[in-house]
Amino acid sequence: MDPTLQTFENDVWWIALIKVLGVFVLLLLLTLFTINYERKVVARMAVRPGPNQVGPKGWLQSLTDGLKLPFKEEIIPRTADKVIYFIAPVISATCAFTAFAVIPFGPVVSIFGQQTALQVTDVPVSVLVVLACSSLGIYGVVLAGWASGSTYPLLGGLRSSAQMISYEVAMGLSIVAVFMMSGSMSTSEIVAAQGDGREVSLFGLDFTAPGWYAVLLAPSFVIYAISAVGETNRAPFDLPEAESELVGGFHTEYSSFKFALFFLAEYINMITVSALCTTLFLGGWHATWPITLWSGANTGWWPMLWFLAKVLLCLFVFIWLRATLPRMRYDQFMRFGWKVLIPVNLVWILLLATVRVLQTSDLEAQTRFTLIGAAVLVVVLVAVLWPSGKKAAPAPSLAEQIAARPQGSFPLPPLDLQVPPSPRVARQVAERQPADVSSDRSEV
Amino acid sequence: MSGGEATLFWILAPLAVIGALGMVLARNAVHSALWLVCTMLSLGVFYVAQAGPFIGMAQIIVYTGAIMMLFLFVLMLVGRDASDSLIETLRGQRVAAIVLGVGFAGIVGAGLSRALAGTGAIGLDAANENGNLQGIAQLLFTKYVFAFEVTSALLISAAVGAMILAHVERAKGEKPTQVDRMKARFAPGSYPGPKAGPGIFATSDSVATPARLPDGTFAERSISKILPVRELTSEESALKGTEK
Repeated sequence: MDPTLQTFENDVWWIALIKVLGVFVLLLLLTLFTINYERKVVARMAVRPGPNQVGPKGWLQSLTDGLKLPFKEEIIPRTADKVIYFIAPVISATCAFTAFAVIPFGPVVSIFGQQTALQVTDVPVSVLVVLACSSLGIYGVVLAGWASGSTYPLLGGLRSSAQMISYEVAMGLSIVAVFMMSGSMSTSEIVAAQGDGREVSLFGLDFTAPGWYAVLLAPSFVIYAISAVGETNRAPFDLPEAESELVGGFHTEYSSFKFALFFLAEYINMITVSALCTTLFLGGWHATWPITLWSGANTGWWPMLWFLAKVLLCLFVFIWLRATLPRMRYDQFMRFGWKVLIPVNLVWILLLATVRVLQTSDLEAQTRFTLIGAAVLVVVLVAVLWPSGKKAAPAPSLAEQIAARPQGSFPLPPLDLQVPPSPRVARQVAERQPADVSSDRSEV
Repeated sequence: MSGGEATLFWILAPLAVIGALGMVLARNAVHSALWLVCTMLSLGVFYVAQAGPFIGMAQIIVYTGAIMMLFLFVLMLVGRDASDSLIETLRGQRVAAIVLGVGFAGIVGAGLSRALAGTGAIGLDAANENGNLQGIAQLLFTKYVFAFEVTSALLISAAVGAMILAHVERAKGEKPTQVDRMKARFAPGSYPGPKAGPGIFATSDSVATPARLPDGTFAERSISKILPVRELTSEESALKGTEK
């Protein structure tokens, strides 16, 4: 049964408390799991063993690391602004946890006899709640950078905030298309809107195509995925933590429990954007085609499993990106965000809005096709008449390139140079005693 | 006001007022900005509590972003350690400001309370009939669409104006691009690699022996300027029996 907004208003207080606690524990466990998962996957991709010492197959490594961190010595720089230095990690972690309150894990289930949805709460503007949390989370980063009283954190904090603000714009715009299709900003309603897929017959096989917005709104999905990586400061967009330039970025001066909070917040943010991606684009907790052949797939607690599987899949892509792509340069990264993602997004939203209006308006078929034809014609004309770049001349041969070098160029050795063997090396080899393998070791 | 709403009000209203006072009284510009965040967040929660979830969230998102900008401007323009000095530059300025400020607040408060004395609260139930968001969208894109568009045009022209004022016009080739710099680096006369060390391709290990370039000529840059460039004699360059 799909939850409605009314479902959440009927919750008893202790049910809400149980759900809050459940999400909290789940997030902590998922973070511990994700750190190990990431290390193992990256290790596998780099053909090395990865963590394999603590616990069964090394799966308790992050737990021990997490337990160790709070007991480490805490170093606070003398130039730090004490109060703000203290609250910055708290802001980061709190916002990261809060955003998860509106993520739907599953349909209405029965907990201790109470009918309740597997979601802490839902409001008509839930997706905005997630955005608000992420924009407040930036404060944690920028305040940490500022309050540390040190150069690298300050630069890292400024970079992070610029990056997160820029990519939040692209992220927000990519979600607009989802709002337009589903007609709602509430996460549970968006999931419900993706529930009913169309029946498709392909090569004599009947199956239900997913009603996922990742398929229907593919450009939005791609833009969301890219900006989510930028928003979470992950590779290849992990410029705020560029080790070679900025040491650790904004959390360079943090140690002990405060550092643990930042670390936690970073991973929870990653899980949150994955969960939001699942909710908005991958059908949320709804099972997909082969599983839906089993009629009980979308009832009871099972959907939580599909949801977690999708989230882990998204996380895998995050890790895969990190293992594969080198870090981007800062100016290229910013240019990409502002000059590619946002304009493409705006054009796509315009296009989608036009299509929606054409679909819903009661135009005659002829007028409608004339309009579409005219639009296509304009696009084709622009594409054909777009001034093309000059054709590149064929590359000159090596001899031509050498001949074309101006006076004063760096001298080249002759191209047919044969390096003679060094007489000194030849003599040394001849003079050296041949190694006597048979002699006794005690002589040496 | 229901019980929950009253509790919320009495917790958040003092917080909002403290935030406002803190913003004015804080010495440090960054602390000031943070107090402002506190006030804005409290207001956002008030909106949500009063059946306006969309405007509450918009308040949080927009004002967070706006104050973040303020914050960054403070950092960039004033520097990290700047705080207000306590010296009064204009005599009596502080007293005058306090009197005028309190007076203004009094006038506005009194005016509002007199004007709204007989007005009862209707609530947003009627406005939120088809959903809060839908209600706002309906008004924005039908009745107030002109005002909305004019405001957005105003904001955009302000942003474009600010950009034009801050923008320094540069001719195309004035600032070397990365490609230009790369070409200059590999242009004839500038050697892109590290400088050749003394003794490379040479017959001796002496620092006075210049390195040889690939075509066999001496690299003038490889030895100190105070040393004359010369070839060693055969006696000097002969092996000294220490190579083993």
